[in-house]
Amino acid sequence: MDWKRFIFIAFIIAILFSVVVLVGSARQNPIVIIASMLASTITVATPLTLGALSGLYCERSGVVNIGIEGMMLTAAFFGWLGSIYMNSIFGFAKMPSLIIGVLVAVLSSVLMALLHAVLSITFKVDQIIGGTVINIMALGITGFLNRQLFFEKGSIFHGNVPHAPGVLPIIHIPIQEGVSAICGWFGNSDGCQLTAKSFGQVFDQQPITILAILLVIVTHFVLFKTRWGLRTRSVGEHPRAADTVGINVIFMRYANVLIGGAMAGLGGAYFTLESVPSFEPMMTNGRGFISLAALIFGNWTPFGAWAASLVFGAAQALQINMQVYRDYIPAQWAFLQNSYVVGLAPYLLTMLVLTGIIGKTIPPAADGQPYEK
Amino acid sequence: MQSPEEKSSQTLIKRVLSSAVDSLLIPLLAVITAIFIGGIVIAVVGGNPFMAYLGLIQGAFGNAKALSETAVWATPYIFAGLAVAVAFKGGLFNIGAEGQLALGAVVSALIGYALPGWLGFDLPAIIHLPLAVILGALAGALWAAIPGFLKAYAGGHEVINTIMMNYIALNITAFLMNGPMKDPSPTNVIARTPEIAASARIGPLFEGFRVHWGFILALLVAVLIWLILWKTTLGFEIRMVGSNPDAAKYAGINVKRTIVLTMALSGLLAGLAGAIEVTALNYRHELGFSQGYGFDAIAIALLGKTNPFGVVIAAILFGAMKNGGTRMQFLTMIPVDVISIIQALILLFVAADAIIRYIYRIKARGERVILTRGWGG
Repeated sequence: MDWKRFIFIAFIIAILFSVVVLVGSARQNPIVIIASMLASTITVATPLTLGALSGLYCERSGVVNIGIEGMMLTAAFFGWLGSIYMNSIFGFAKMPSLIIGVLVAVLSSVLMALLHAVLSITFKVDQIIGGTVINIMALGITGFLNRQLFFEKGSIFHGNVPHAPGVLPIIHIPIQEGVSAICGWFGNSDGCQLTAKSFGQVFDQQPITILAILLVIVTHFVLFKTRWGLRTRSVGEHPRAADTVGINVIFMRYANVLIGGAMAGLGGAYFTLESVPSFEPMMTNGRGFISLAALIFGNWTPFGAWAASLVFGAAQALQINMQVYRDYIPAQWAFLQNSYVVGLAPYLLTMLVLTGIIGKTIPPAADGQPYEK
Repeated sequence: MQSPEEKSSQTLIKRVLSSAVDSLLIPLLAVITAIFIGGIVIAVVGGNPFMAYLGLIQGAFGNAKALSETAVWATPYIFAGLAVAVAFKGGLFNIGAEGQLALGAVVSALIGYALPGWLGFDLPAIIHLPLAVILGALAGALWAAIPGFLKAYAGGHEVINTIMMNYIALNITAFLMNGPMKDPSPTNVIARTPEIAASARIGPLFEGFRVHWGFILALLVAVLIWLILWKTTLGFEIRMVGSNPDAAKYAGINVKRTIVLTMALSGLLAGLAGAIEVTALNYRHELGFSQGYGFDAIAIALLGKTNPFGVVIAAILFGAMKNGGTRMQFLTMIPVDVISIIQALILLFVAADAIIRYIYRIKARGERVILTRGWGG
């Protein structure tokens, strides 16, 4: 991914941050605002990052996956259900229930990915239709089970929905203490301590968020530095040539689609096990599709996709932080007070990005084409 | 020994038969298989599949009222299914029918309740009603033309753009329903518009039933779309661009213009779905009334093999399932959502007809129908 693109991304993020700083500076120190924007950007970018990684594994091996949204929704529901089952029926403690919940989420998403793989690799169904099948199926299954298990008369919980065991705890990384100690060497000013405190909180994230960032690095390594990655990319670029040198195209595609499913599953777990301890029908709200846009904007590279996810995260963070400083929005910017208007930002940004405003991106050559021997 | 004529007549019969197998038997088997698996799902969650399906059929076709309600459900499905089908014919995947439909409904409602006030005098129905319907349809057309334009001239893939336009449309309608267009009557707490004027309403077909002239209009529009696709230059261009854009370009067809027009026509039909729901059924627009029409429309278009008449049959089937689902839920306590699982299965088996062919050992014909293309466009 070229530098022009990264600079463009930094530019958009800077604009989004400045808007909030301008509005909020009447009440709050800009350092605190920027730190809070950074923290929420990284947090809300998590499902987008994981969704983009999911798409990356699939598309690099030549399978278009627009079913990420459905895979995430499935994972969000089953992960949540799993944690509740473990906690209230089998009596596990909070942490084991949540960890099993995450595993269930990943597993359910992998099963959806398997369906996508069977459809698009074995049965050579149009991959966009296959992905749509996944999306619609996910809506049906989660909606049906959500009602059947929890809210109908005769449901397993008899209408008394047990409380979910909560969300995954924040992992404290002692950045704040470190910076704060450094402040001590420089006269220990209030500003330095405030900076330490604010930015220290940026690094206090929940496990899936931290895992997502680690997975970006791992994916980069796997894709570009290992034999597996070379094989994956070769079946995505020129499957026939890959087949000729003895690479099993079908196996590589299956494996990568399943890995992609696991990534989307982790992204789905974010919604119900890390963000909020509850499930709502259609709660993924287009994140799976936005992560595809991030993938395209990131030119099918892990770091590019992550950077693009952060742009969309920033757009969402804008929406969240604007609500905090609602009353301080100047009268001539009154339209920013409306959450429906500010809520348009990620979607408009997605469309803008896809118009190829910053040069055309190049998908893997065999992306979306079934391989026939 | 066979004479050449016998041979050719035999191959002709074979060809006709195999084409009939493709256009009728596969979707039929897909539906049957989906219903069968749906029955297993119902049994697994502790329901009685036979009772459930009996309730479904009763609820959908049991009496005059049930039939009327099935037609009421089928009406937007026909329009929206045609919208998606037209886009497929042009090689485009319009997942945005939902948003186009919502905007069509909003504009139609606005014209319906506000236009007499703006003008300062009451309009006769013969002007007011067509205006409300046509402007609603045009709103849908415009909304769909944007992703069409982005696809043709900027290379933005229509799948993601139409989905984004869905969310934008939903935000805009939510904003309007809660703000400027909210029903101002003091008892109203719902995000909905005021009722439209009597002069902008389409009447029921029969007194005492909800089925309305919009259903008849939907059937006529299906015929019209068939005529456009197969008997006009525009239709030929749409199908040509859909089946082979490169060949279309060399044949002198303006591919970019055709892409925008195809999306506009598709959006026009989706907008019409919304406009008819407002003018003929609800007499106002309420937030969230259209949840899921857009996705169902995809399944309907595929089940109907993107043929306008196939779409009508598929839409009536889906309408029957939606309508009968309520009765099924009442009788057996199985949530109506099971219907959406069955619908997803139908879509699955229609899209992956290889599975159906494999299960029922039906030989495939050589050619494959290309519906969409990957990111390259």
